[in-house]
Amino acid sequence: MTKQTFRSFASVLAVSASLFGTQVFAKSDITIALQLEPPHLDPTSAAAQAIDSVVYTNIFEGLTRFMGDGSVVPGLAESWEISEDGKVYTFKLHDGVTFHDGTTMDAEDVKFSLDRARSEDSANAQKALFAGIENIEVVDPLTVKVTLSEPNGNFLFNLAWGDAVIVAPESIEGIKTNPVGTGAFTFGEWMQGDSITLNRNPDYWGDQPSLETATFKFISDPTAAFAAMMAEDIDVFDNFPAPENLPQFEADPRFQVLVGSTEGETILSTNNKMPPFDDIQVRQALAHAIDRQAIIDGAMFGYGTPIGTHFAPHNPAYVDLTGNSAYDPQKAAKMLADAGYADGFETTLHLPPPSYARRGGEIVAAQLAEVGITANIVNVEWAQWLESVFKGKDFGLTIVSHTEPMDIGIYARPDYYFQYDSTDFQALMDTLNSTTDPEERTRLLGEAQRLIADDYVNGYLFQLAKLGVAKAGVRGLWENAPTAAIDLTQISWSE
Amino acid sequence: MRFLRIFWFHRCWTRRARTPNVASMLRYALKRLISLVISLAVASVVIFAVIEVAPGDPASFMLGVNAQEDTLAALRAELGLDVSKVQRYFNWVGGMMVGDFGTSYTYRTPVSQMIADRLWVSLPLALYALTLSTAIAFPVGIYAAARRGKPGDLTVMGATQLGIAVPNFWFAMMLVLVFAINLRWFNAGGFAGWDKGLWTGLHSLTLPAIALALPQAAILARVMRSSLLDILGEDFMRTARAKGLSRRQALWRHGVRNALIPVLTIIGLQFSFLLAGSIIIEQVFYLPGLGRLVFQAISARDLIVVESVVMLLVFAVITVNFLVDLAYAAVDPRLRSRT
Repeated sequence: MTKQTFRSFASVLAVSASLFGTQVFAKSDITIALQLEPPHLDPTSAAAQAIDSVVYTNIFEGLTRFMGDGSVVPGLAESWEISEDGKVYTFKLHDGVTFHDGTTMDAEDVKFSLDRARSEDSANAQKALFAGIENIEVVDPLTVKVTLSEPNGNFLFNLAWGDAVIVAPESIEGIKTNPVGTGAFTFGEWMQGDSITLNRNPDYWGDQPSLETATFKFISDPTAAFAAMMAEDIDVFDNFPAPENLPQFEADPRFQVLVGSTEGETILSTNNKMPPFDDIQVRQALAHAIDRQAIIDGAMFGYGTPIGTHFAPHNPAYVDLTGNSAYDPQKAAKMLADAGYADGFETTLHLPPPSYARRGGEIVAAQLAEVGITANIVNVEWAQWLESVFKGKDFGLTIVSHTEPMDIGIYARPDYYFQYDSTDFQALMDTLNSTTDPEERTRLLGEAQRLIADDYVNGYLFQLAKLGVAKAGVRGLWENAPTAAIDLTQISWSE
Repeated sequence: MRFLRIFWFHRCWTRRARTPNVASMLRYALKRLISLVISLAVASVVIFAVIEVAPGDPASFMLGVNAQEDTLAALRAELGLDVSKVQRYFNWVGGMMVGDFGTSYTYRTPVSQMIADRLWVSLPLALYALTLSTAIAFPVGIYAAARRGKPGDLTVMGATQLGIAVPNFWFAMMLVLVFAINLRWFNAGGFAGWDKGLWTGLHSLTLPAIALALPQAAILARVMRSSLLDILGEDFMRTARAKGLSRRQALWRHGVRNALIPVLTIIGLQFSFLLAGSIIIEQVFYLPGLGRLVFQAISARDLIVVESVVMLLVFAVITVNFLVDLAYAAVDPRLRSRT
């Protein structure tokens, strides 16, 4: 070995030693499994939660954004001012933000995105979020003025949805397969049916994330999910599909289990226009016939929080009304008799594919049978459910989890599939929408929760739990799911 | 070169002289071709009708419960769902004739591209499984036949009976438990992709291929055994022994070769089963194959994908049958007179 080569060899050793010294333990890639594969990657034109799981806050950002605790914080908008009458929002945008293709993000892009979402031929699944927008004005490249037709206390919240992210006219054409956003991660590769890879965006305007790459894999079979986790093929399973296996992961020091709450109110939806459910006494009897804890234990292996109204228990405005519809089969049977159904009656129970519905439905049917109600189970696919139950309103009962955040407003829509038509409630929602004072909003929300609970619109079962499994070293995962998202910017590996 | 051409000419001429009914062969082929076209046309109508009749609107599936009516209409127009069903049927068939299978409603990519991608997983998997099942079944079947009635034969018969009875997804789960979770020799599922190298690709298909192959091997081994036993009772086998060949020599030189005919038929049937029937195995190992594509497409009401994949499979089966018919007719002239 000559002196020269020896020296270069030594320097290589020295460099690698210093590298290993600092970085040997900091893992910078992660593999995350989802149950469903996104159909495409445009969060502004589909309802599939899997899209948001991959792209929300990672590839695309909105003017505001949700944090893991459900709070809404500034996103691409640095700050905003709201006019006295609550109708004009003036957003100040962050300076120096670029899209992944290098184009600048400015007020024109904001206008483009919001106009696109509310346009006539918009394919936005949550178009109603933008319905109140009257006008969007570009003041200067970093200032946007949004005028609403009437005050909307929910507006900043609405803008945090994945359906309201900022996109660019330059890259909108290919958004479904090659999404270009402003986020901390850029789209890498999509092996359809198998995985999607995201890479760190070195030009990100905010703090650099600790992860360099993230791979999303799609595993829908519960047994396969368990095996993949046990074999350590994947690092994180968001919404683990086999709750029965969670104790095993809890007992294993290689893993951590995250039990949180989602925005999913799981309800025994009732067709309020179909006899005998048009009689409030029958609906009340139904509510008392149901043992929530038995359903949570039997269908969800104990994971889930009982609810007595259509509202998320982790929300500060939540009112516990479970006592309103406590399990009391004798009372239920008596109420049925009073309503003229001493011999019970027969109805249908439509069950979509998720296990909360299929397993929960069997238990509900058994509980209803005890008070004399025969609920004939009809298992349906989602597409069928949407067609016959949701659109056709051809059902007696169905079990479904309403996963949209803050969706109590659906009770103000008389044509919504459970067909609750109460002018009191509709007026209450109008008042709520035009109220911006937080305390008054909380009071009104409480009133709304009581109103639907007292009307026994639906059977309120439980808040769907978010069950995550991850390797012990993963930090920064969201415990709760205020919206479908896997916020990669917060995730890191512990040493 | 010139010599070859003359030779070819000569052969054609002599053949025609020997078989004056080339015309009948052609007529037969034409008849079969017409019936193939009619079968395909009927199949396309049936597939389209059955799939379209199932309730569920692709647009409302994609946009979910909060979608507004005008949004749904906009998406339907975008997907080309706003025209009549008859019109859509002809668009679909017309497209397929020029190799255009349409665009997936959910993925928004060309269906032909998706099918091609998935075939790169499903086809190698089927071939891999077939190779394994043959490699296992042949020696086992021959061994059992050679030791008919002895403990070795009984063991094989018992084991293969079990192999047929146990479903392949159970094998799959056991394989994962042992080789992925405990021994860590393989991943529990997923497909690494051929661009990472042939070995990496084969490695990730190994457990699924074994799970698919074992029940098939059990069937094949039993067919091999019984076919061989039939042959062993034939006169020519006795003649072979009488000529002085040992039992083993007779078995290998005359027995196995003749026993292969029914076995090959079974292998052919198994291949189409392996290609189309691996839906469950692809679910268990979350492989991006054709079966999983159909599975996903059905639940997402991605009708165009379901229709095109099913049509393609029908086309493959009908075409193979057509070729087999022709081959039989070429071998056996009596078939040509029948329709």
